[in-house]
Amino acid sequence: MADLIIRDLVKTYDKTEVLHGISLDVKDGEFVVFVGPSGCGKSTTLRLIAGLEDTTSGEIEIGGRVVNNLEPKDRDIAMVFQNYAIYPHMTVRKNIGFGLRSSNKSKAEKEKRIEEVAALLDMTPLLNRKPSQLSGGQRQRVAIGRAMVRDPAVFLFDEPLSNLDAQLRTQMRLEIKKLHQRVGSTIVFVTHDQVEAMTMADRIVIMKDGHIQQVGTPQEVYHKPANTFVARFIGAPSMNMLAGQVKDGAVVLAGGNAVPVPVAVPDGKKVLVGVRPEDLHPEGETSLLEGTVSLAEPLGHETLLYVETPSGEVISKADGRTPPGVGARVALHALKENLHLFDAETEQAIT
Amino acid sequence: MAVVEEIRPSSDALLKTRQPKRPANMGNYIRWLLLFFGGIAMVTPLAYMISTSLKWPHEVYNLQLIPNEPTIENYTYVLEDGRFYWWFLNSLIIATITTVCNVIFDSLVGYTLCKFRFPGRYIIFIAILSTLMIPTEMLVIPWYLMSQQFGWLDTYWGIMFPGLMTAFGTFLMKQFFETVPDDFIEAARIDGLNELQIWWTVAMPLVKPALAALAIFVFLGNWTAFIWPLIVTNSVDMYTLPVGLSSFGDEADVQWELIMTGAAISTLPTLVVFLIFQRFIIRGVVMAGLKG
Ligand SMILES: Nc1ncnc2c1ncn2[C@@H]1O[C@H](COP(=O)(O)OP(=O)(O)OP(=O)(O)O)[C@@H](O)[C@H]1O
Ligand SMILES: [Mg+2]
Repeated sequence: MADLIIRDLVKTYDKTEVLHGISLDVKDGEFVVFVGPSGCGKSTTLRLIAGLEDTTSGEIEIGGRVVNNLEPKDRDIAMVFQNYAIYPHMTVRKNIGFGLRSSNKSKAEKEKRIEEVAALLDMTPLLNRKPSQLSGGQRQRVAIGRAMVRDPAVFLFDEPLSNLDAQLRTQMRLEIKKLHQRVGSTIVFVTHDQVEAMTMADRIVIMKDGHIQQVGTPQEVYHKPANTFVARFIGAPSMNMLAGQVKDGAVVLAGGNAVPVPVAVPDGKKVLVGVRPEDLHPEGETSLLEGTVSLAEPLGHETLLYVETPSGEVISKADGRTPPGVGARVALHALKENLHLFDAETEQAIT
Repeated sequence: MAVVEEIRPSSDALLKTRQPKRPANMGNYIRWLLLFFGGIAMVTPLAYMISTSLKWPHEVYNLQLIPNEPTIENYTYVLEDGRFYWWFLNSLIIATITTVCNVIFDSLVGYTLCKFRFPGRYIIFIAILSTLMIPTEMLVIPWYLMSQQFGWLDTYWGIMFPGLMTAFGTFLMKQFFETVPDDFIEAARIDGLNELQIWWTVAMPLVKPALAALAIFVFLGNWTAFIWPLIVTNSVDMYTLPVGLSSFGDEADVQWELIMTGAAISTLPTLVVFLIFQRFIIRGVVMAGLKG
């Protein structure tokens, strides 16, 4: 177990820079999740940490040791891949024990360690099976076991759940989180599923186009998004963005409604007011927007309303029992503290 | 997951679809008729080989399939002639060593070309492929001169060296290693295996069907090789089976019945190889087709 420190990491593939100076401090025992759209450089970052690719510039430090020039096997890391990477020609026992080949433990010690890991993952009865006789979830557990067996300082996961069906994914998500609580190792986990990120992470790293957009706890990135990208990326359905202009200490929206601004913003500045569908209801005290319901999606306990407003289509969450019907005229309300303000030009949050 | 594993059922399925299941129609009758004549064309030489091996010399040019006076005299003669065993042994040794070398070297080079990025990789691959276009007949003279200079004439090494690696095998193996996901290799790298270990313990087991097919191709190819062994060997003891068989008789009087007897005996190992491995061969061809 150890800290992982990344400083100004840059990666270039044949002249195209795909990572533009990533810096991050991962504490010992922390569960950090990298999330971002496809092609943003999550896997690349992970592969650089693992040593599967050479860094173009920057430094990677694991447990106080700069590892830039070390082979993957000497970095004290283990990696779990998206498609499991467990060997079809070996039994589960051999697969799990594979990571121990190069260790100088005695055979008995190795056996003991394999049994330990298998017990931890509930795989003991399956030890003598071949991967082809396992389900997808069990295979992924074998892959995790293979990573655990060496007790590495840092675990790297590259979208390990994306090949599983939705139900299994939820279950494995929980298992990995529990495992982390029990074993307490440092974990860097890559995913492009923001729900996975929110539920598992101690801290989330949101990436876009080779830049880190924000690093923070799930609460922070949800409640205090640093920019419009993070605001839209985290949370489903996405945050509504309402264009407006500041006038006399308030934002005037397209429909003419004014929203008071808590901070000093110069007059005439173009801004975006962000409000999450779950914070925007067709009932409440302060009216933010008026519009006509164009579509309703009942989800049982709540209903998603698509509302045509002067600021464009916005999504609002209504009660599941007595939602306004399609065509109904609604006034949407939101609490002041649930509004997010962004600079329309730089797209950065105004605080 | 394991690509190789996934290919297996699908290639089996492919094989299955080849078997006519649909109700017979005109097209099928024509197909069967063509197959029937094809089959005859394939079997006739074999039948004549057996038939001739059972004939007396004076009957050889009588093209009757059933000999008038069948005899096993030829078999006794060939098997009592000590040379035959030498030739058989020579062929066996040469074909076996060549097969082992091909399986190792072809896959080693194929793996490197497939899984490593290095400058000149493409050029090397093209160079290897282009040697496929040069016919053996053209290479025989340079090979001979080389053997002469090095003193390899009339030795096992001399017979074997041109075939210890083949461009075809390298190409075949490169294509098959494409089916091994990079994740497997990277996972092994993180687990601390060196590159040679990764090749041997991770990649090779995943391409076993291809290795089996390659082994069979190479073994049969060398078992039946004729031109080069004929040229490079001088002493009767160094002959391979096909060369030895052709030496029965002299220029004026070829003893066909003895040649056919030897040939009949020498097909036995190839038959055995085929019967055991034909599943692999067909699978190998199908896979090559899918991947190629
Ligand atoms: N070997 C390579 N050569 C050239 N470009 C590459 C290579 N590997 C990745 N890239 C590029 O680097 C960028 C980041 O890729 P990366 O695989 O890290 O994305 P990702 O965030 O993991 O995306 P995904 O969610 O799709 O896995 C992409 O634009 C990709 O095209
Ligand atoms: Mg990726």
